[in-house]
Amino acid sequence: MTATSAEPTRRDFLYIATGAVGAIGAAATLVPLVAQMNPDASTIAAGAPVEIDLSPITEGQIVKVFWRSKPIFIFHRAKKDIDAARNLDWHTLPDPESDAARVKKGHDQWLVVIGICTHLGCIPLAHQGNYDGWFCPCHGSQYDSSGRIRQGPAPKNLYLPPYRFLADSKIRIGEDETSKA
Amino acid sequence: MSGHSAYQPQSAFMKWMERRLPIAGLVHSSFVAYPTPRNLNYWWTFGGILSFLLVAQIVTGIILVMHYTPHADLAFDSVEHIMRDVNYGWLIRYLHANGASMFFVAVYIHMFRGMYYGSYKEPREVLWILGVILYLLMMATGFLGYTLPWGQMSFWGATVITNFFSAIPGVGESIVTWLWGGYAVGNPTLQRFFSLHYLLPFVIAGVVVLHIWALHVVGQNNPTGVEPKTPKDTVAFTPYATVKDGFMMACFCLVFAWFVFYVPNYLGHADNYIPANPAVTPNHIVPEWYYLPFYAILRAIPNKLMGVMALFGSIGILAFLPWLDTSRVRSANYRPLYRQFFWIFVAVCLGLGYLGSKPPEGGYVLAARILTFYYFAHFLIILPVLGFVERTKPLPNSISESILASSGAAK
Repeated sequence: MTATSAEPTRRDFLYIATGAVGAIGAAATLVPLVAQMNPDASTIAAGAPVEIDLSPITEGQIVKVFWRSKPIFIFHRAKKDIDAARNLDWHTLPDPESDAARVKKGHDQWLVVIGICTHLGCIPLAHQGNYDGWFCPCHGSQYDSSGRIRQGPAPKNLYLPPYRFLADSKIRIGEDETSKA
Repeated sequence: MSGHSAYQPQSAFMKWMERRLPIAGLVHSSFVAYPTPRNLNYWWTFGGILSFLLVAQIVTGIILVMHYTPHADLAFDSVEHIMRDVNYGWLIRYLHANGASMFFVAVYIHMFRGMYYGSYKEPREVLWILGVILYLLMMATGFLGYTLPWGQMSFWGATVITNFFSAIPGVGESIVTWLWGGYAVGNPTLQRFFSLHYLLPFVIAGVVVLHIWALHVVGQNNPTGVEPKTPKDTVAFTPYATVKDGFMMACFCLVFAWFVFYVPNYLGHADNYIPANPAVTPNHIVPEWYYLPFYAILRAIPNKLMGVMALFGSIGILAFLPWLDTSRVRSANYRPLYRQFFWIFVAVCLGLGYLGSKPPEGGYVLAARILTFYYFAHFLIILPVLGFVERTKPLPNSISESILASSGAAK
């Protein structure tokens, strides 16, 4: 009797098969339900690269342009801004990074950063704070003239968008040197 | 408590109905014959007030949706359309906006009452945890709703709160993009927030049913914290609790109406009457008043991930309260030390709320750090230790005995 009841029956098979198919089906159904919340095709298409003419930006000026709904700060730095960013030991900064690594070679005067505080996403105010860069009004983070975090709760330097120089006074934001034109 | 109903259907129709769907009997046993401790004070009326407010928010909300347009280009103007053009639109919107604040006033009183009288203790742990879940759902619903007018505070509040998730190592950025449906807060975000803001109140209503069910299984706590022992300790829900709840509800509605008719924007922010502008963050960005204590905790900690964890931890820790409080005595009336620490805790919460409204600089940050430490110490150090060192006062043998003793002393 015990030997026969231990034998798998057709019902046992149906039970396992139905459960397995049901679990796989439920998991597969979740994929579109979750994926629909990611950026849609039109949002991605609207996030194509943008070209910016730098020639109207005077020395010392910071302009704000938009790429992928994000503000991009373009800072035409004066010599004193570059010196301030370079004449310090960057290894001791909260998010250590040299100024040279944050600009394109040969274009030291142009700083291009994503203008979103790396703390909780506010837009920092230009030419404010103790480091001659940006000050975030939300929670008090301060960035220097290289967009590096110097003080406050933000964990990271202002992020760099992918961009490349098409000419000395023209950049394309949204692709870098490795991208195909 | 949910045992046999004393309900006796009178009419032939109700007798016919009762054999098929005994809903009248359920209502009778739950809200008429249901025994409530006879010593309940007015702090016990806020459950009823909260139920009323939930219904009021759903009714005004459904009406607002008839006139509101959930689109980034149209939402702000449609709210102004409600305020200026729709018949009584101003009233319905002010009822809904201030109703949210009243909801939080009532829930905070309700929660502090539970803390004072130890209402979370055995056997009411599940009842309490369901309450914490309701509170979390309320916070989510309030946040989503505040986004919908698409003013400056709506936009930037949504940006800051969704960015909490970017603190998660590794996958944070992907989660935030998924929440937004774009590269920043935008129209897809608004539309999904609208959908969820409509959904969550009904989820709340469902959990409220569980909350009341759990309440009716274990019975209400009372100011002595001593369980009812004989029928002398209780009175019928109707008329005693019904009229007490109703009277307090009317008083509460007076306060509610005062806000709606005299200072309808006092609890809001003027910045939210500026249309959302993704290029400019308001100079002083603060959440709605009911989130301020948690906002202060977030800003008190100079590390992003730790700050976000402290914020969620400060709410999550409430779910563990039944086990963190080691005292066997429920009511603070019989716990002389706990009673003092309770009021210090209330003051700390209010202090954090005040600091959350101030700019994050100088002495405010230091004060917020001290109070944040105390907030957690209350749960993790004071409550567990008090249960062992406190000399509690003798408990009365029964509720009726405590009432006789106090009325005898008054003579």
